[in-house]
Amino acid sequence: MSEQIQQIKVTIDDQTIMVDPGTSILSAARQIGGNVVPPAMCFYSSLKGSGGKCRTCLVEVSAGSEKDPRPMPKLVASCSTNVMDGMIVKNKTSDRVLDARKGVVELLLINHPLDCPVCDQAGECSLQDLAFEHGASHSRFEFERREFDQIDIGEYIKLHMTRCILCYRCVYTANQLTDNREHGVLKRGDASEIGTFIENSLDNEFIGNVIDVCPVGALTDKTFRFRSRVWYTKPMDASCSCGKCSGNVVLWMIGDEIARVTARKDKYGEVKEFICNDCRFNKKELSDWKIEGPRHIDRHSVISANHYEKAAPTHTPLLNKA
Amino acid sequence: MSRKLLLNNVHVEGIHTYDVYRKSGGYAAVEKALKSMTPEEVVEEVKKSGLRGRGGAGFPTGMKWSFIAKPEGVPRHFLCNADESEPGTFKDRYLMEKIPHLLIEGMILSSFALGCEQSYIYIRGEYMYVLRILEKAIAEAYQNGWLGKNIKGSGFNLELSVSPGAGAYICGEETAMIESLEGKRGNPRMKPPFPAIQGLWQRPTVVNNVETICAVVPIVNEGGEAYAGVGIGRSAGTKLISASGNINKPGVYEIEMGITVEEFIYGDQYCGGIKNGKKLKACVPGGSSVPILPHYLVCKTAEGTDRLMSYESLSEGGFATGSMLGSGGFIVYDEDQCIVRNTWNFARFYHHESCGQCSPCREGTGWMEKVLHRLEYGHGKIEDIDLLWDIQRKIEGNTICPLGDAAAWPVAAAIRHFREEFEWHVKEPNTCMTRNYGLVTEKVFDKVNA
Repeated sequence: MSEQIQQIKVTIDDQTIMVDPGTSILSAARQIGGNVVPPAMCFYSSLKGSGGKCRTCLVEVSAGSEKDPRPMPKLVASCSTNVMDGMIVKNKTSDRVLDARKGVVELLLINHPLDCPVCDQAGECSLQDLAFEHGASHSRFEFERREFDQIDIGEYIKLHMTRCILCYRCVYTANQLTDNREHGVLKRGDASEIGTFIENSLDNEFIGNVIDVCPVGALTDKTFRFRSRVWYTKPMDASCSCGKCSGNVVLWMIGDEIARVTARKDKYGEVKEFICNDCRFNKKELSDWKIEGPRHIDRHSVISANHYEKAAPTHTPLLNKA
Repeated sequence: MSRKLLLNNVHVEGIHTYDVYRKSGGYAAVEKALKSMTPEEVVEEVKKSGLRGRGGAGFPTGMKWSFIAKPEGVPRHFLCNADESEPGTFKDRYLMEKIPHLLIEGMILSSFALGCEQSYIYIRGEYMYVLRILEKAIAEAYQNGWLGKNIKGSGFNLELSVSPGAGAYICGEETAMIESLEGKRGNPRMKPPFPAIQGLWQRPTVVNNVETICAVVPIVNEGGEAYAGVGIGRSAGTKLISASGNINKPGVYEIEMGITVEEFIYGDQYCGGIKNGKKLKACVPGGSSVPILPHYLVCKTAEGTDRLMSYESLSEGGFATGSMLGSGGFIVYDEDQCIVRNTWNFARFYHHESCGQCSPCREGTGWMEKVLHRLEYGHGKIEDIDLLWDIQRKIEGNTICPLGDAAAWPVAAAIRHFREEFEWHVKEPNTCMTRNYGLVTEKVFDKVNA
């Protein structure tokens, strides 16, 4: 350590932290943790270029920096705005932010089918969590919602555009995995849809990860679809010696049967180690895996509510909270 | 008396050809700049002139130019934004169609000032015939040594080409335009980084509107201070206004900034009054994105002073009683026009043109259009008006690019000034299908006076 990086000070909801220059407001908030973290539907730290689109992470900057303490006139997307020394940010403490966020959630939901009971993502859906926390209990949208046919992207992945919130995460995933722009957005406005060239499947060892990055039920695993509600399954950390990926996965089990395999997500729903298609779709025998133990799911969601871990639960179930 | 700086030669026979343009004093500015000025001096002249961006936002051009990063060994780019798609605006088309060489001359000057050796004109896809005119003019400029290597022995090289868009309004947003030029989907980028630091192919880039670039020619010819002397206050120079709607003489007019709106609407050398002797009902002074003004706020501001055609005067009173000069798309409505229908039409446009990248604009524009459609066709409810107000409030300021604001402002202004007409559409569902609400009643005058 020859030279120490000069850290800068940022205050979010009255909590101060020192971070490295070039950190985004969102990631500074995640370093503080807890209530000050804005929700993020499109930002994904391991996907280059992602973020800024969903507008749920809007925050108010009430002082730009130590040198120039003027407030920023507009709300800014915390995922794509870097902190400055002495910046003061308001998230939960700003009524303007809460109001704008409520508006964004309402707008995200107007074209999203409200049929969580039949959606495969229910229980681990970021939009469901977001709507639970910020949404109004009824919709003011009285028109027909947009609808699309379901499409198979290859043998294992189902695309149901009706549920898509156009976060572009899968687009950035495919951009990182493939050389060409093979998976992108077609059309524009509220008619835009995720698509590959004429329903092509993408020929890539890691393309199954688009399922994990999808915050909603638009991209789902065909080997698991409708086999079980996710909260009836037991998540277990497991590993295998895979030559292509790290082999560190979560097995979602029904009894002794492996219902599905996913990568390990952190508490913000982000995968740090992508897994290969082989591990995800083909290794469904117990003998393929070395089980490490129950998976701790640290999300404010149905899957972490009624949890079975060996140790006593550290968090209160959702129902008692209210 | 008004001075013309851009359109003074527009009626000369054959001005679109190189020979006639050259004979009428064309390319003198390039000659002057290349022979006797440094790039910094050109930037200085533009700064002195007080020229402001003519594309809508009105940002000072000299300042924009001085922001461009100049890292060693990295090429810079200069782009002309000819993606003119705002409903009500058609001034750039007129300029490019009539005097294409003026734009090329401006491009050479601006590229010289910024040290760019590869410049592009990004033109709207629907202007395909204008693209042909421009291409012909560029070929003529190459033949006569105004473009290419070592222009007129000055050592300055410039390659210029025209690129057509594919019909998306959003590509008029500068970062979306850059994406489109790179061959990608025209989605606006996050800012920062601004194009002046990382633009086209991650290189420093400046994007200017056609009219702004053309205005550089008289600035270099006559000097920045002379240009600053035209116009009024911080609105220096002349502005092209594309006048349309219920007026006797629609068309493109070059005005000296600072003439009164009244003179512009009723003056014989401009719009020539409202058609068929009708009364003025409302006016959109700067293209569909800017707030609509009711008749009692068009010629006078809320304080009762004359409203002038300038950046400051048109925005006097903020959005409560003012509007914006915008891109100069001046749309006039007479007493027979329906404001709800007009607002629906604008909302339909923004719904169609939203890129769909960020959620408030993608979902909100469609919702507003549907609610407005319902109101216009007599199926609306009285709560719809508040609902619309709420939706526009949730879009405005929360989006990546200004398209969200542009979609929200016209709806907000229509409700602000013409709420009675919206309510009438709800109360008289059958009548509103056959007859229009007409002029705002005298009651409104009383309200204003009180």
